[in-house]
Amino acid sequence: MNEPAAETLSVIVEREVPYPAEKIWRALTQPHLIEEWLMRNDFKPAVGHNFSLRMDPQPNWNGVIDCRVLVVEPNKTLSYAWATLGLETVVTFTLTATATGTHLRMEQRGFRPDQPQNYQGARYGWQKFFASLEQVLARMK
Amino acid sequence: MPSIHDVLFRTLGDPTRRAIFERLCREGEQTVGALTARAGVSQPAVSKHLGVLKHAGLVRDRHEGRETHYSAQPGALAPLIDWTKQMAGFWRNRFDKLEDLLRRMDQ
Repeated sequence: MNEPAAETLSVIVEREVPYPAEKIWRALTQPHLIEEWLMRNDFKPAVGHNFSLRMDPQPNWNGVIDCRVLVVEPNKTLSYAWATLGLETVVTFTLTATATGTHLRMEQRGFRPDQPQNYQGARYGWQKFFASLEQVLARMK
Repeated sequence: MPSIHDVLFRTLGDPTRRAIFERLCREGEQTVGALTARAGVSQPAVSKHLGVLKHAGLVRDRHEGRETHYSAQPGALAPLIDWTKQMAGFWRNRFDKLEDLLRRMDQ
């Protein structure tokens, strides 16, 4: 068993969706569709492409997430670096065909909490980011 | 009764105080004198900031002779880094929107 403090934090969210992977892939990779469910963006499905995800600026956050495309395997895997307020994470979407549609999995791997250099910028900044995000989400309801 | 989040935010919201805490995280245990030498404020002011940090659980003090040594207690930041839970909530919300979108999209 690892020391909790030495683990890399990650978030996994999964869904079974009754659609073919091709359709979900379009929603994950076409900018006007990404904007509808995630954020405004200048995404291109090209490895190495730098792009931004943008929300409206918040009191302690400019609303910008800097991203870089890492993996593009059409209809299977999409991965990009996701950096904001000094914290770098990697977001990976994986699509797997099922009998009734597609299993959609999102994993966001975070920083290692035992890295002291993450303290000042990342931890504090990240929390500000979430505080802003929560406000946004609260207003969306 | 302010929540632990409020206390941590208020404590770290002051730039001088945050700088002191960051230095202790970065450089390890230090005396008030050493911290004052580079803090740009008086020793009583540094001591006051350290008192607030200590109250929030962010630093610990250790007395040795006439000197008091302070060290960072990064574990006290734990409530602020419970980001996995919040991020999961963010993505679930976004996946709801994605499913709405998929319903509206033609094949």
